[in-house]
Amino acid sequence: MDSAWLIPAFPFAGFLINGLWGRRLSKKRVGTVACGAMALAFLTALRLFWLLLQQAPDRRIWEPVYYTWIAVGEFSVRASFLLDPLSMVMVLVVTGVGLLIHIYSTGYMHDDPGYARYFAYLNLFACAMLLLVLAGNLLVLFVGWEGVGLCSYLLIGFWYEKRSASDAGKKAFIVNRIGDFGFLLAIFLTFWTFGTLQFSEIFQAAVQRFQPGDMVLTGITLLLFVGAVGKSAQLPLYVWLPDAMEGPTPVSALIHAATMVTAGVYMVARCSVLYALAPLSMGVVAAVGCATAVFAATIGLVQNDIKRVLAYSTVSQLGYMFLGCGVGAYVAGIFHLMTHAFFKALLFLGAGSVIHALGGEQDIRRMGGLRRWLPVTFWTFLAGSLAIAGIFPFAGFFSKDEILFETLMTGHGLLYTLALGGAALTAFYMFRLVFRTFFGESRMDPETAHHVHEAPGAMAVPLTILAVLSLVGGWVQVPILEDGKRFARFLSPVFESARGILAGTSEHGTHPSLWVEGALMGLSVMVALAGIGVAYRWYVADPQRPEKVAARFSRAYRWLLHKYYVDELYQAVVVEPLKRLAETVHEWVDRAVIDGAVDGAGALFRRAGAVLRRIQTGLVQHYALSVLAGVCLLILAALAV
Amino acid sequence: MENVFFPVLSAMVFTPLLGALLLVFVDRENRPLQRWVALVTMAVVFGFALIVYGGFDPARAGMQFEEWTPWIPALGISYHLGVDGISLLLVMLTAFLGPICVLACWRDIRDRVKEFLVCLLLLQTGMLGVFLALDLVLFYLFWEVMLIPMALLILVWGHPARRVYAAVKFFLYTMAGSVFMLVGILVLYFHQAKTTGTYSFDLTDFMALRLPFRLQLWLFAAFGVAFAIKVPMFPFHTWLPDAHTEAPTVGSVVLAAVLLKMGTYGFLRFNLPLFPEASVFFTPLMVALALAGIIYGAFMCLVQKDLKRLIAYSSVSHLGFVLLGLFTFTLQGLQGSLIQMINHGLSTGALFLLVGMLYERRHTRMIADFGGLSTPVPRLAVFFMIATLASIGLPGLNGFVGEFLILLGTFKVRPLWAALGATGVILAAWYMLWMVQRVFFGEVHKEENRSLLDLVPREVGLLVPLVACMVWIGVAPTGFLKKSEPAVDRVLARVQQVQQTAREKTQLKPECLVSWYPADRK
Repeated sequence: MDSAWLIPAFPFAGFLINGLWGRRLSKKRVGTVACGAMALAFLTALRLFWLLLQQAPDRRIWEPVYYTWIAVGEFSVRASFLLDPLSMVMVLVVTGVGLLIHIYSTGYMHDDPGYARYFAYLNLFACAMLLLVLAGNLLVLFVGWEGVGLCSYLLIGFWYEKRSASDAGKKAFIVNRIGDFGFLLAIFLTFWTFGTLQFSEIFQAAVQRFQPGDMVLTGITLLLFVGAVGKSAQLPLYVWLPDAMEGPTPVSALIHAATMVTAGVYMVARCSVLYALAPLSMGVVAAVGCATAVFAATIGLVQNDIKRVLAYSTVSQLGYMFLGCGVGAYVAGIFHLMTHAFFKALLFLGAGSVIHALGGEQDIRRMGGLRRWLPVTFWTFLAGSLAIAGIFPFAGFFSKDEILFETLMTGHGLLYTLALGGAALTAFYMFRLVFRTFFGESRMDPETAHHVHEAPGAMAVPLTILAVLSLVGGWVQVPILEDGKRFARFLSPVFESARGILAGTSEHGTHPSLWVEGALMGLSVMVALAGIGVAYRWYVADPQRPEKVAARFSRAYRWLLHKYYVDELYQAVVVEPLKRLAETVHEWVDRAVIDGAVDGAGALFRRAGAVLRRIQTGLVQHYALSVLAGVCLLILAALAV
Repeated sequence: MENVFFPVLSAMVFTPLLGALLLVFVDRENRPLQRWVALVTMAVVFGFALIVYGGFDPARAGMQFEEWTPWIPALGISYHLGVDGISLLLVMLTAFLGPICVLACWRDIRDRVKEFLVCLLLLQTGMLGVFLALDLVLFYLFWEVMLIPMALLILVWGHPARRVYAAVKFFLYTMAGSVFMLVGILVLYFHQAKTTGTYSFDLTDFMALRLPFRLQLWLFAAFGVAFAIKVPMFPFHTWLPDAHTEAPTVGSVVLAAVLLKMGTYGFLRFNLPLFPEASVFFTPLMVALALAGIIYGAFMCLVQKDLKRLIAYSSVSHLGFVLLGLFTFTLQGLQGSLIQMINHGLSTGALFLLVGMLYERRHTRMIADFGGLSTPVPRLAVFFMIATLASIGLPGLNGFVGEFLILLGTFKVRPLWAALGATGVILAAWYMLWMVQRVFFGEVHKEENRSLLDLVPREVGLLVPLVACMVWIGVAPTGFLKKSEPAVDRVLARVQQVQQTAREKTQLKPECLVSWYPADRK
């Protein structure tokens, strides 16, 4: 546990080495340093995991404190970590999936001139993300939070010469800042409420001092959620994530699917005690999550860019995680976070493999029939798609179904129905992607087709490992079976007090009979299969069908294709008016009024001087006259008194 | 720990003057020697500053290394220097930037090098004197002395187009403010003579006074105008963009990094402890102007086409934060303000240096003339990025510590103020990253930019210490904060003592202005 600091330190060292000397090192060395740093971090994490398991379940909490970071008066915040099952799961996901994506990147980025810069950023990202999940208090978490935001900005705009890439990076940073605004205020409110930012102390005090429904806690949790909405791309701040696809594809896999964007979910789960004490905030989290899940899924239905479909799918899946947390099913939320990290990273890397093979092509209208050329990519992509669609026994089945099940069991019938509908949409758009990309006739131009090649080993191996994880990753939490819920058992100490509070306030705890659970599972699978079936009929059996449907519902289709015009709306309602306001104020207030007054004052004195100067004619007679006039005035004045 | 065998503060203040005298005797054509003399002088000053820093006792709130000699006894004027937690870090910053400034103009200034360096050294004496003087006549003297070399820097080495306008505006505007302060000092002096019979300009004597409330109001305003112009506080800020744009690089660096801090330092050193009740009374106004400055300055940044003007307006925004922190009357706010003064000096100083380096290469500061510079000058781009991130308050770098503490303190008093202030953080990301994008990203679309020379070792060498300090303060600010805490606490105690009575006296209930969340909720 003393070596916890090593976990972020390894990637940081990698960042320094590649950042400072990377341009002078060979590509092989750069790759070795970056991957080696991640491997060391992963091994350290494994060792800590093993140590954690040795402890009794209720003693699996370590809080290493390193030094006092900022201290002013009663305010003091230490650089400290919190190692418990929740952060352990996150660390393992970040280092494990991170390592695979680093390895994949050595193949994917091999011919890029910015190779060293890329790996420096990627290592820095890993460092910040590990800081985020290991943080022992809100402020250290915020450091990681901003750090990953910075790396996301740098990596989205990695190809900075492309206008769209640097635009997207900037957009991501600024939109996230809007969320961070809420996060910062939440930190202030937390400190002045509890007098500390240390998680363990806050949670203890919250349980002791506050009743469920307290206004202050509601305020804190809602403000924190504003931060989560920004970072995890939920309504209404999701707009940056689809644009973030401008970054290199492994970055999309690591940052914009598997790890960074799940930070909001992690934070909500971390503060589960506070949320449990604020039922209103829980409701907001669940509602926003569910709405985002469905909203993003509908946009995903019609997009033609392979990465954008996956991006909207990520937004949608994050919505499911928030839904889980919002209904109090924290374990389910984190479980889905983990399985999603596996299969979404896999899907992105698979998409990367396709893009790599096709020399940069991302439009699924110009793909088709690729399974003949790219068998490894195809089979692994298929595994990922089955997982996200929620087909038994793939990982996504277990995690998504648990969220749906818990939603219904906590009495959120409407949310359950919507989420179930979203699941059907998910299955449909994913298999639309699979069929359009890998099945049917090739729609590539001959030049591209000529060069199509399967991924090299560095890319194929991570794909395969992730495909296996997408299959077996869900088996750590098998419902119905007697000894099935290992994952929940491991995590449960973290959510103990939150569950206690929730059990006291609502109808939690009524567990339905097994056959109800079984029937609901069957329903989920049926819905997913229906989605796949429709996709099959439209895109394989009857390829003319989608166009007819699009033509028939042309207005709805246009709205979806243009993503409900939300970007345009923000541009027209927020960005442009602010810019225009700034222009106007600059011209009329700053230049004309304020500076005008300054220059005016100067001019006034100059003019006055010019007038008064005339008195000084230099003629003695004039002076004598004015002396005389003065004397007369004085005499008059004296007489008057 | 004041076992220094010589008057180290005087040595620090007057070494630059000595260096300037020495320069006079150096041959006009021997420019390398002139530069080396200046550099060594500045380095010696920094050495003295390190001695002071090392010997400073962080546990004591009062003045240390004090020097006191009667100067004009008939009028009660004395030569009184001293350093406490409030001035220590500012002195360190000033001394630290000295050698960097000399190095920065090593190649930049070719015309009248000797005179330039003399100005720079005189400026150093003036600035150190302002931070160290404890006699108000002495303070005023340094305050005015410093104006002249600065105005000359703009007037002689500025950009030909508008340098006269900018220099005159800078000089007259600040001068106009100072005159009010001079009147204030005299009123204070005669009031003291009348009530206690002591004729003295010594700050410690003034501190012992209990000034009547109405007098405090007038004196606060008199001192406040001088300081507000210097900060510059909205709406007294319009001299700043002009002065910055026209000044040579080093002039901008000193102006942004040190000169502006004299305004905020003045508030903390004089207005708060001398006129505590008036400070409480004026809080709503000061906070309103500070918040206006934060948001207004940020908005103005969005439309600037000139890099220097943009950074100048960003200073208005950042110093708004400093003012906001001062008038929260919380330890976090005040400490945050103090460290933010240093932070702004480091990050904005670095930004002006970098813009100067660009200007040296391209002879333009217009954003539209750049674009895609990451490709030809990657090292410069990296440093620019780091300074930008420090400036927009990325945790792990210095700016965050200051902004966080200020907003934390503000939130305690009025959450709404903190929320308004925090919008400045969003806007800062917008205008700064947009600028970075337009300058460094995209394709190189001008031929002239394609063959720009990247940073040379001298330039890297003078940026690295700045970046190191940004990281140092960002990662481990406690060492710095601890040094100033007792002194700041003492100022705070003076204000808090009268806070209650002052509010009653003026029937001023800030709660009815903007109340969102009760302040003293436990």
